[in-house]
Amino acid sequence: MNLINQEWRGTYTLFKKEVLRFWRVAFQTVASPVLTALLYLLIFSHVLEGHVQVYKNVPYTVFLIPGLIMMSLLQNAFANSSSSLIQSKVMGNIIFILLTPLTYLQFFIAFLAAAVVRGLAVGLTIYLVAIWFVDLPIAHPVWIFAFALLGSALLGTFGIIAGIWADKFDQMAAFQNFVIMPLTFLSGVFYSIHSLPPFWQTVSKFNPFFYMIDGFRYGFFGKGDISPWISIAVVIAFLLVLAWVTLKMLKSGYKLRG
Amino acid sequence: MTVPAIKIEQVHKHFGSLNALNGIDLTINQGEFFALLGPNGAGKSTLINIMAGLLKPTQGKVSVMGHDVVNDYQTARMALGVVPQELVFDPFFNVREMLRFQAGYFGRGRENDAWVDEVIESLGLTDKAYTNMRKLSGGMKRRALIAQALAHKPPVIVLDEPTAGVDVELRQMLWGFIKKLNRDGHTIILTTHYLEEAETLCERVAMMKQGEIVALDTTANLLNKLAGKNLRLKLGNAVLPATLLSMLKSGENGVFTLALTELNQVEFVLSELRKAKIHIEDMQLFEADLEDVFMSLVGGV
Repeated sequence: MNLINQEWRGTYTLFKKEVLRFWRVAFQTVASPVLTALLYLLIFSHVLEGHVQVYKNVPYTVFLIPGLIMMSLLQNAFANSSSSLIQSKVMGNIIFILLTPLTYLQFFIAFLAAAVVRGLAVGLTIYLVAIWFVDLPIAHPVWIFAFALLGSALLGTFGIIAGIWADKFDQMAAFQNFVIMPLTFLSGVFYSIHSLPPFWQTVSKFNPFFYMIDGFRYGFFGKGDISPWISIAVVIAFLLVLAWVTLKMLKSGYKLRG
Repeated sequence: MTVPAIKIEQVHKHFGSLNALNGIDLTINQGEFFALLGPNGAGKSTLINIMAGLLKPTQGKVSVMGHDVVNDYQTARMALGVVPQELVFDPFFNVREMLRFQAGYFGRGRENDAWVDEVIESLGLTDKAYTNMRKLSGGMKRRALIAQALAHKPPVIVLDEPTAGVDVELRQMLWGFIKKLNRDGHTIILTTHYLEEAETLCERVAMMKQGEIVALDTTANLLNKLAGKNLRLKLGNAVLPATLLSMLKSGENGVFTLALTELNQVEFVLSELRKAKIHIEDMQLFEADLEDVFMSLVGGV
């Protein structure tokens, strides 16, 4: 058997295992984030519908849905790679992967692809549930897909970094609560950054989540806070930097091989 | 000449100021049944982890079937199956799924399933093939761990204390299975605390102490060279004559064990006892075991 074939199979097996890992507990990994997003939608639309209009002729509830989809997609892509790694490290079963001929690149691709699948699965489910209740336009499907894919890849990569770095579950929880949550909530999921004071508008522009949310939303409404081309460039740049960091970590064996 | 299964050259491993390994040289040939002995902290697991690529040597080279474990790690790992010491498991999957994944990581697909089934059967896991790893008993987890190391059919198998905490019946079964693997041509390397196991199973033994190999020879030679025979005497309330004290290995409650380097020393012992008018209640002559060699080399623990 040639090496390419063997490497492909190894990568595919690890990817499949990572997908099955979350799929076996889909109630927790897919259904529960979907429910959370729908609760946000229900409450915010109830409170704010008719009081707030971000874009002309777009009801607040409709405005909110793409942001919620993207937020859940990003959080779940992150959760997939980070929780899988921290669990395997704490349980010790990461050794089963470390003993194999899988290269650091195969390791990266498999964990990344599984995180993307989880992110997209959660995002798509929320979308399908939401369009039952709300009429959601789709202006540019290609932008929607591009931002969904790149966003989940970016957070999946970030999750690998966090999963390798954290030694304990509480460090991981700190990462979630002090980094991921503030970045998502302050990214314009619930509002347009044009409604913010100038200082906070500037701060928001340093938040990569803002570009993912805004670009994704552009795909639905054909308008956003900034051009989707800028957003996609920023997202790709962040993805490349994080991927480079992750590959460096994996190649050196940081915290995985002594 | 065939390549050695394992070749270790001048391997050092330092953890900060701690020198876990101090220049290990060791060659293990294909088809050998080899034991690595030593007290806790001697460096056995460190050495195994370097072979497996879990640790990088600070200095020196290790190869598996001729493939360097650092520069040519993919081929080296293909040739190696490692049974880790701790009972680790993946709680999401059942035994058969885990084995197929494990084989898959090594690039094996459906064509390997027959081998996976054979491993499951030989290790008595057939009834548990569809049981979640989480629900297995300790002994069953141990079997599954061995099965996982074998899933890609490696020519060299390393077992890090595979029988720690395993009951007698399972231990016998595991040894039977591992002996069969060795007969089928697999090279076996094990670390164990049960010295009598190394003695009955292994052809060659390396004893480690504080990161160094202090003895390396065939089991038979080690037993001959370093131990000789033991004479156990039951002498009631009598005190051992002073002339015999130099041979004394242990003695309590009137039972004394003397170490003999040659068999004809028995006559000397008996004559000294006769001179001292000591009545012998019981007497036993037996071969020294690896434990004696071990204690004499590694010292009291």
